[in-house]
Amino acid sequence: MKYFLQRLAFYAFTAWAAITLNFLIPRMVPGDPVQSLITKYQGQLSSQAIDSLYVLFGLDRDMSVGEEYVKYWQQLFRGDLGLSFTFFPTPVSEIISDSLPWTLWLVGITTVISFAIGTGLGVLAGWRRGSWTDGLLPVTTFLSSVPYFWLGIIAIYLFTGPDSFLPSSGGADIGLEPAWDQWFVPSAIQHGLLPALTILVSSVSGWILSMRNMMVTVSSEDYITVAHAKGLSDRRVALGYAARNALLPNVSGFALSLGFIVGGTLLVEIVFSYPGVGFQLFQALGAQDYPLMQGVFLVITISVLIANLLADVAYLLLDPRTRKEG
Amino acid sequence: MSRKPVLEIRGLNVDYGLGDQAVHAIRDVTLTLHRGEVLGLAGESGSGKSTLAYGTTRLLPPPGVITGGEVIYHPSAGEPYDVLGLTDRQLRAFRWAETAIVFQGAMNSLNPVHKISTQLTDVLRAHDPRMGEKQRTERAREMLTLVGIAPDRMDAYPHQLSGGMRQRVMIGMALILQPQVVIMDEPTTALDVVMQRQILGQLIELRERLGFSVVFITHDLSLLVEFSDRIAIMYGGRIVEEAPAAAIYRDALHPYSRGLLGSFPALRGPRRELTGIPGSPPDLKGMPSGCSFHPRCPKAFDPCAGRIPVLAPGGDGRTVACWLHEEAR
Repeated sequence: MKYFLQRLAFYAFTAWAAITLNFLIPRMVPGDPVQSLITKYQGQLSSQAIDSLYVLFGLDRDMSVGEEYVKYWQQLFRGDLGLSFTFFPTPVSEIISDSLPWTLWLVGITTVISFAIGTGLGVLAGWRRGSWTDGLLPVTTFLSSVPYFWLGIIAIYLFTGPDSFLPSSGGADIGLEPAWDQWFVPSAIQHGLLPALTILVSSVSGWILSMRNMMVTVSSEDYITVAHAKGLSDRRVALGYAARNALLPNVSGFALSLGFIVGGTLLVEIVFSYPGVGFQLFQALGAQDYPLMQGVFLVITISVLIANLLADVAYLLLDPRTRKEG
Repeated sequence: MSRKPVLEIRGLNVDYGLGDQAVHAIRDVTLTLHRGEVLGLAGESGSGKSTLAYGTTRLLPPPGVITGGEVIYHPSAGEPYDVLGLTDRQLRAFRWAETAIVFQGAMNSLNPVHKISTQLTDVLRAHDPRMGEKQRTERAREMLTLVGIAPDRMDAYPHQLSGGMRQRVMIGMALILQPQVVIMDEPTTALDVVMQRQILGQLIELRERLGFSVVFITHDLSLLVEFSDRIAIMYGGRIVEEAPAAAIYRDALHPYSRGLLGSFPALRGPRRELTGIPGSPPDLKGMPSGCSFHPRCPKAFDPCAGRIPVLAPGGDGRTVACWLHEEAR
């Protein structure tokens, strides 16, 4: 428990550092948001409009960095991440909360499935090494070296077209509002299928490889021989003794990959024009939309931190050696 | 002591690898373990002691293969059978219930992520599914008490126990199904001398109480002389001498046994020079011709390099494989 609190304190500190950096960096960038907007509207803004923009962005008052910093935190606690330039005057928080579920559902489900399948196959391949399962390895090595987006482009080329069931872009049919109903859900699944498969195919092999290697390493441990000598069933030895220990490094890998769900598959979302966070980030980059970028980075940072915390908790539960008494 | 056999190894051969590349780790070993006795198995590293133990219980890690021979087990009731001929299911039932093993790497013999209790009770669950949860726990506590560990350590994880305690847990685990044979593969190598003695003393006491037989594998011949009834000396995958412990200590017939005895100080008796054995253990890939010990043997003579001596009776219920004694007969 003490260990857990220590970790918690550590993560709180890291979060503070990340947020502070997030506050400082845009202030070191030359120019201000109003200047960017003026450029965007190419002189179509009246001087009154410009003045009101300064008021809106809070740039009319001469605040010290300290004051701004305090204000930034206050806004953060209200969930106020500022206004987006690209979708002016939509607040950044709204854009993120619109796009975040898309990413979480698509990449989240895919990552969990990929981990489950990959680990399962890895256990099998590691336990039955020397059998037909070794034939999987060259295939998985090849697949794990293929980048997501390239596979995505190939998939679009091969499987989509005017009369294909699989759409090449978007998150759902145009005109459907996100809701738990019989129109939206099937459409979302239909649109998500190809990107999901793309991610699955290229990520599952990594899990297979690492799990297999760990299984092979653990299989030569003394306690595995003891378990065999005890006359336990092959299944019990494979799962309770070998896989249970081999799983540990994979679990931390899994928790880390959960952290990258939010930002890690940017390129897949771009290829499939999928309305997730990655796609928004891509648009923000193109439009120099600093508030939106800042917001997305903040969400990514926090999700990575949460995932790390989850990894620590999972490790505490799975590996008794990390539990310190007292 | 009754001379009824409990485990008979006959002409066992074990190879590592297949075909021409194979390394012959065990060659034509014949050895009998009698009911209730402690049989010591000694030899240098790489002489095949552990391989013999793994071979008889069919636990050889790949690429180890048994290429010949039989291992006859005599159950306390019923007909003797060949362990090498058992099906997987029969083998699982045989393991631990009839022959348990305490391994060399005692420190790593326990699964680090499971509690001691889980590891003690899963043996019971596997071998007697009808036994209730409560009985299993009761039995596990009993075993811990038997080896001198407070039963409240049941919920401890292996890393919370010291090396000696872990080895005790392993011994308790080995005895939990009351096997007839317990194979100890250098059980105390990782422990300090005081702990070694404590654990061995306890083991001998348990053996007298429970009446199981022990195959005790070690390179520490002094330990064997003290604790075992009979000693078999291995060299290069073969047994070169087998005799009652006292006989080996007093008058070893094989030059290699004598070399081993000369390499450690006696606890009692007059001071003497420690001699050791010149050279190093043979490479199993390229065994010397004839008697594999002849390049290091101080008494090698004509026939040694040419022909392999066979294990033959040398009087007083002992056997030796050496041309010196062949000639004498």
